[in-house]
Amino acid sequence: MPDTFFTKSPHWGWWAVSEFFIAGIAGAAAAIAALLWLFGSRDDRFIARYGFAVATVGSALSGLLLTLDLKRPERFWHMLLFSKTLGPTFQKWWAPMADGAWALFLLGGFSFLTLVGSLADRGPLPSGLAFLARGVLGTVLAALAGIAGVFYAGYKGVLLSATNRPLWGDTPWLGILLLASGFAMASALLLLLTRDRSPAVSQWLRNLMAGSLALTLLVVVILAATLDADVRRLVLQNVYGVLLVVAVLLGTLVPLALAWRPRLLGRLTLPSAAVLVLVGGFLLRMAMLLSSEAA
Amino acid sequence: MPEPMGFFTDTSVCIGCKACEVACKAWNQLPARNGGKVTLSGVSYDNTVALSGIQWRHVKFIEQFSPDRSTGRWLMMSDVCKHCVQAACLEVCPTGAIIRTEFDTVVIQSDVCNGCRACIAACPFGVIEINPETNTAMKCTLCYDRMQAGMVPACAQACPTQSIQFGPISELRQRAQARLEQLQAQGVTQARLYGHDESILGGLNSFYLLLDEPEVYGLPSNPQLPSQKAAPASALSAAGAVALGLLGLAGLRKQRMDRLAAEERERRQQAPETEG
Ligand code: SF4
Ligand code: SF4
Repeated sequence: MPDTFFTKSPHWGWWAVSEFFIAGIAGAAAAIAALLWLFGSRDDRFIARYGFAVATVGSALSGLLLTLDLKRPERFWHMLLFSKTLGPTFQKWWAPMADGAWALFLLGGFSFLTLVGSLADRGPLPSGLAFLARGVLGTVLAALAGIAGVFYAGYKGVLLSATNRPLWGDTPWLGILLLASGFAMASALLLLLTRDRSPAVSQWLRNLMAGSLALTLLVVVILAATLDADVRRLVLQNVYGVLLVVAVLLGTLVPLALAWRPRLLGRLTLPSAAVLVLVGGFLLRMAMLLSSEAA
Repeated sequence: MPEPMGFFTDTSVCIGCKACEVACKAWNQLPARNGGKVTLSGVSYDNTVALSGIQWRHVKFIEQFSPDRSTGRWLMMSDVCKHCVQAACLEVCPTGAIIRTEFDTVVIQSDVCNGCRACIAACPFGVIEINPETNTAMKCTLCYDRMQAGMVPACAQACPTQSIQFGPISELRQRAQARLEQLQAQGVTQARLYGHDESILGGLNSFYLLLDEPEVYGLPSNPQLPSQKAAPASALSAAGAVALGLLGLAGLRKQRMDRLAAEERERRQQAPETEG
């Protein structure tokens, strides 16, 4: 029996599935928004704003779900500061969860500041706050939000790999898998939110979604092929394996086909693809998390 | 600085009396299972089943019988936290709740733990669980409080057969080696030591003499540290981020080129009109 089968489940369960789903979207949304903000046309910056808004709301929700999942939620701040010295926990950088907690904090913070700045720049907020989105400060804040976002979207899978649990600790491919799937989900959500507001950005998001889906598919295939045969049999030859297949079919292959043939369902093609990507992303996380917890 | 201390558990003399379990519960004031209701495991004569947040010692009964039960054997092993020299739980704990003591043992500080459960998924031996009374992660402390007072841990004190021996690691290693040689000279060729040297996680400060393969006792043969797995996963993740970033940038660049080309076309179309 593989060594990972002598361990106990942390029982992260449904809280974690939901949090991983939201975290993937929030992190990748910030990264996509930062790309648009820093390298896109100035006219399209208002679309980046949606990305930062998704990242802000998503990181708040992620933080809430993570706190609720703690057995001692009132001690949530122990994740950020050592309770005895009040030093920041990132001093223990080799503990993935400490890095993740700080990445989430920074992702939420930088996304929020950029969002406020952009809403003040050309929007409803007082123009005195527009400095947050202008000049060097605006560039730095957007870049930091993007970096924290990429880190957070990929960190979730690395956190799983850095365990001794079946499947999670048996493959190094979970980080890139959840990152790619996070990018696909965030592109899909932004497509749904910003439909028809900028045809050029919609096209760009569609291509990014398709590229992320292709990477997701490739990684799933490599993961399945390189997994120890016993681990595959014991963890995935059950309902969770079926779930994984459904997630790949429904959330990756069908949307890829729809992105390839954008007129297949008329005006409904892109929204359908986007919804399927989001559903598939959730199912993928269910399969990856719950299968190991059940083993 | 005191020298590293620990346990050497000689499973060949364990009789499965579970006195160590009782002593551990009594000293550490750990609550009864199921609110004190006696429940039978239904699969074994072992009714305490596994290590947990309220069961810091567990005597495993490995019952190997032929289907008609005409032949069989019992292996017994008092299991506990291994107080690993390279401890996975300590490595991943984000709050700093898990510390290494002056005796080279590994202890969870209950007033710091927030119940994130990272340590549970990291421990290669399935030692840690949440104590439902405190809602924090808990495991054997190797009786840190007793050791600080110069006392022997409760389990080792209670063990009637000296299956659990406590002392300085260097001394325990010598004792273990001598016992192994004695058993092998008696023809017990399957006897072996587990965790006595640095090959497993830098050494286990609670190590064992076993009478079969580690897996038979529910022990991994080659346990890993989480950090060994995090590095390749992070590298792949970073490669993915670069690939997706480049894809996004290439798309934006193409968009800009298309826009510039369209603007240029428009200018060219307008120029002859204005000239005309
Ligand atoms: S056996 Fe598990 S709980 Fe004990 S020190 Fe090693 S990793 Fe930590
Ligand atoms: S559950 Fe407690 S001891 Fe375990 S990793 Fe989390 S904070 Fe540390």
